[in-house]
Amino acid sequence: MNVEAKAAEAANPNLIQGATGDWEVIIGLEVHAQVNSHAKLFSGASTEFGGAPNAHVSLVDAAMPGMLPVINEECVAQAIRTGLGLKAQINLRSVFDRKNYFYPDLPQGYQISQFKSPIVGEGEIEIDTDGGPKRVGIERLHLEQDAGKSIHDQHPEYSYVDLNRSGVALMEIVSRPDMRSSKEAQAYVTKLRTILRYLGTCDGDMEKGNLRADVNVSVRKPGGELGTRCEIKNVNSIRFIGQAIEVEARRQIDIIEDGGTIDQETRLFDPKSGQTRSMRSKEEAHDYRYFPDPDLLPLEFDQAYVDELAKGLPELPDEKRARFIKEYGLSAYDAGVLVAERSSADYFEAVIAALDDPARDGKLAANWVINELFGRLNKEGTAIEDSPISAAQLAGIAKLIGSQAISGKIAKDLFEIVWSEGGDPAEIVEARGMKQVTDTSAIEKAVDEVIAANPDQVEKVKAKPTMIGWFVGQVMKASGGKANPQAVNEILKKRLGID
Amino acid sequence: MSDLTKLTLAAAREGLQKKEFSAEELTKAFCEEIDAGNGAINAYVLPTPEIALEQARAADARIAKGEARTLEGLPLGIKDLFCTKGVRTTACSKILDDFKPTYESTVTQNLWDAGAVMLGKLNNDEFAMGSSNETSAFGPVVNPWRRTGSDAKLVPGGSSGGSSAAVAADLCLAATATDTGGSIRQPAALTGTVGLKPTYGRCSRWGIVAFASSLDQAGPITKSVEDAALMLQVMAGQDPKDSTSVDAPVPDYRASLRNGIKGLRVGVPKEYRVAGMSAEIDKLWEQGITWLEDAGASVHEISLPHTKYALPAYYIVAPAEASSNLARYDGVRYGMRQTGSDLIDTYEQTRAAGFGREVKRRVLIGTYVLSAGYYDAYYLKAQKVRTLIKRDFDEAWDKVDVVLTPTTPSPAFAFGEKSGDPLAMYLEDIFTVTVNMAGLPGLSVPAGLSTEGPPLGLQLIGKPFDEETLLRTGQVIEDAAGRIVVPSHWWRG
Amino acid sequence: MQVDEATVRRIARLARIKITDEEAKGLEAELSGILDWVEQLSEVNTDGVEPMTRVVPISLKKRSDVVTDGEKADEIVANAPLSEDDYFVVPKVVE
Repeated sequence: MNVEAKAAEAANPNLIQGATGDWEVIIGLEVHAQVNSHAKLFSGASTEFGGAPNAHVSLVDAAMPGMLPVINEECVAQAIRTGLGLKAQINLRSVFDRKNYFYPDLPQGYQISQFKSPIVGEGEIEIDTDGGPKRVGIERLHLEQDAGKSIHDQHPEYSYVDLNRSGVALMEIVSRPDMRSSKEAQAYVTKLRTILRYLGTCDGDMEKGNLRADVNVSVRKPGGELGTRCEIKNVNSIRFIGQAIEVEARRQIDIIEDGGTIDQETRLFDPKSGQTRSMRSKEEAHDYRYFPDPDLLPLEFDQAYVDELAKGLPELPDEKRARFIKEYGLSAYDAGVLVAERSSADYFEAVIAALDDPARDGKLAANWVINELFGRLNKEGTAIEDSPISAAQLAGIAKLIGSQAISGKIAKDLFEIVWSEGGDPAEIVEARGMKQVTDTSAIEKAVDEVIAANPDQVEKVKAKPTMIGWFVGQVMKASGGKANPQAVNEILKKRLGID
Repeated sequence: MSDLTKLTLAAAREGLQKKEFSAEELTKAFCEEIDAGNGAINAYVLPTPEIALEQARAADARIAKGEARTLEGLPLGIKDLFCTKGVRTTACSKILDDFKPTYESTVTQNLWDAGAVMLGKLNNDEFAMGSSNETSAFGPVVNPWRRTGSDAKLVPGGSSGGSSAAVAADLCLAATATDTGGSIRQPAALTGTVGLKPTYGRCSRWGIVAFASSLDQAGPITKSVEDAALMLQVMAGQDPKDSTSVDAPVPDYRASLRNGIKGLRVGVPKEYRVAGMSAEIDKLWEQGITWLEDAGASVHEISLPHTKYALPAYYIVAPAEASSNLARYDGVRYGMRQTGSDLIDTYEQTRAAGFGREVKRRVLIGTYVLSAGYYDAYYLKAQKVRTLIKRDFDEAWDKVDVVLTPTTPSPAFAFGEKSGDPLAMYLEDIFTVTVNMAGLPGLSVPAGLSTEGPPLGLQLIGKPFDEETLLRTGQVIEDAAGRIVVPSHWWRG
Repeated sequence: MQVDEATVRRIARLARIKITDEEAKGLEAELSGILDWVEQLSEVNTDGVEPMTRVVPISLKKRSDVVTDGEKADEIVANAPLSEDDYFVVPKVVE
């Protein structure tokens, strides 16, 4: 265990309360990420989702007699890129092994995987926790074939088998058991997913099953020996990962506190019941009889190849976030929101690029992207790629606010107009006379009029200065929302004799 | 019977070129022979006369236009381990039932692209597991050779027993076969034919029913050394669909055939002189040495110290790989299905009914040696011993260019003689298996007759991708021994 | 190495081959015989020897990421004992 994990363990804020005291939950994750590639790992059939039954299947995928695997170079490259993104050791030599078992969605009767010598070794991911940043260790990443799909609910006696997914390349990413709460586990998967999407090595679509997690959970008394772990297989949403860990930890604690012991077993999370249940099987634990696949040779490449791939990597989320904080003065939180998706970060940077004065308007732009734009996009269920307001248009709006040409309130109206009708923000403001009034004498005039018309309020505000907001509102109303609120505030205070 | 069927591949090729006969005549002659004689020999499990005649007629058209390819119009037999498009392929197992591949193996496609004609699918030991062709679901093959004065049925060797018997009985000009532990060379030796196992990776394995992936290799069984050279020419070559096939150039194997062997250094490994070896095998070996010396080679004793461990190591590695390769035969996507009470029962019953005894035995051994706790002691150990076996040969190549040994410990034996004890049958491969374990090329050439009557062969082992030297040396033995031809065509009734 | 009947049955289960009681007894003897015979490999000193991971001295060839195959569902299920609408149909697994 590394120094960090030990320290974290010493002061673990995530303990669960049981009847006999506090419990610590130990979590490790094995994430299966479908590799982004056109063709499968060892065959030339398509990896496209959907498709008519057995349409994306080659003779190799169907394990016809005499068929042989040939490796897809892009899948190898994607695994290396992912390893680099995880700051992991890239193994220049790795071996493919056969994992032997019988199931109808596994036509060969074995899965080609990597057992003893994976393509990627140890790495790490940094996550944000309530207690600050934490490094979660990665043990390894290996390439393996995905299995096909069996449909069990179409017929009482039969199952229907579709091999479209059979042979698609997967990266299995195994974490160290460094996580100590369901939130940490969720943060880990979220971060991992973001990194994969940045790299373009996996699209992380959990609904399509392109990213799924096997969650290993055990419990122990703090400082005690590691407990027996159970594996919850194929959890396919971040939300369910959190729920599954919570209920499984509770289940194990209850059993132990009742005097029982935990059976090491494989379980499934059932979202409907919100519980995990055992995957009962008739026979003993699988004996996979791993051995190196004799139809393949060891996978070898040189450091130069790895270095070439490294050159082509995009800036990763952690680096980008640090840069946003430094370059644009954003808060860690705001920067974090922007880098969660590469497309959001790219949009933001396009906005910055379109600003005349990024130093003045950068933070403002970030604010508008995060709160106004994202808020609206989420409401409409629109992706940033399809945003009706382009980065240039949003920059336009930010410029107008930053130069004090319009007030914040007017800017919201402008946003609406650009969203529904499009157009150049500056032209719209000009055409519709939305410019802010900053002319001091005009404001003074309006202020004097409001003060004169409301002597009672004037008395009240002198006693209770916080009531000045009412006056500001009146002046804003009188000016049709166009007066600069700051200027109004200042002039009012002067006139009313308040600090 | 027609004399056309007695021709060698090379002679028939010349005859077609000289227009002494047509491809259609040649094919018809073989179809008649198969009709008349296959019943007694059982070499063919599926004759394909209609396909053959169609191909022959097309060949005649090309020959007439002067567009003849390397094997244009030449009738061949194809071991039923090679997937042939639209033509039933069973590996001589019940489990494949009526399987008709929708694809053609690379090696046979090479042959059809060269203009060859398919007479039919040939018998073999089930899934290539055996040394006598007695484990085939289609029944055993009878060796065209008999012991003098006896009509007891003898085995033609295995697993390519159908191929060797068909060639020896003039039921085809040549045949394709496969060799994992000796399955080309041993049957060739037992039937007086030439059998060539190329270097591992020389020919593509794509579309050949896999037995043991790191050992299987396709090769020809022929009537003469020149025929083997001709067949290899067409069968060999890299295949992008087979990751283990090698991108080495395919030389003109016939060009150097008669260059002689002056100055060649021949190795005779002392460890091949096994206890209890019969006197006549020893005598044949000495005869071979003399022939080669007379042709200008120098003969040297060498040591291949790990020889005796090759067979037990093979019987770990091969079954292990086979147990995994045969997992796909489960009744789901092709072949027979024995429906059980549920899925698992269906698997178990299908495989119980579909696999024969020897296949089951090997699948179980293979499963066992790979299972938890045994991998290191068995599979890993055997693969290490394999490295040592190869190393023995690597060191030998410093001193010699080719190695000479007997092919088999004894001539063809009678049906049932070795089926009682699996080990007795396994020992048939004792001289051949080292070659597969080291990935080297091996050639068996008929060298004489045993005192009982049936033929005996001598084996030549070569350096990787040096089939040229093997064939050149084999030619010397063939010239000295003369062609060994079966004395009577008793099977024609 | 002697294997007992229980082991034979376990292995047969792993290999998904149903065996009768008679077969189990027969296999016990045969498999034990074979395993005893291969035991002689333990005589060989393999310290420091690498297992043979490649028979041919070449590196693993890779193919480009192009879709070159598939769209042949009819061929894929052509030999299936039971299929429907291009699905393979199998008896259910009973959990």
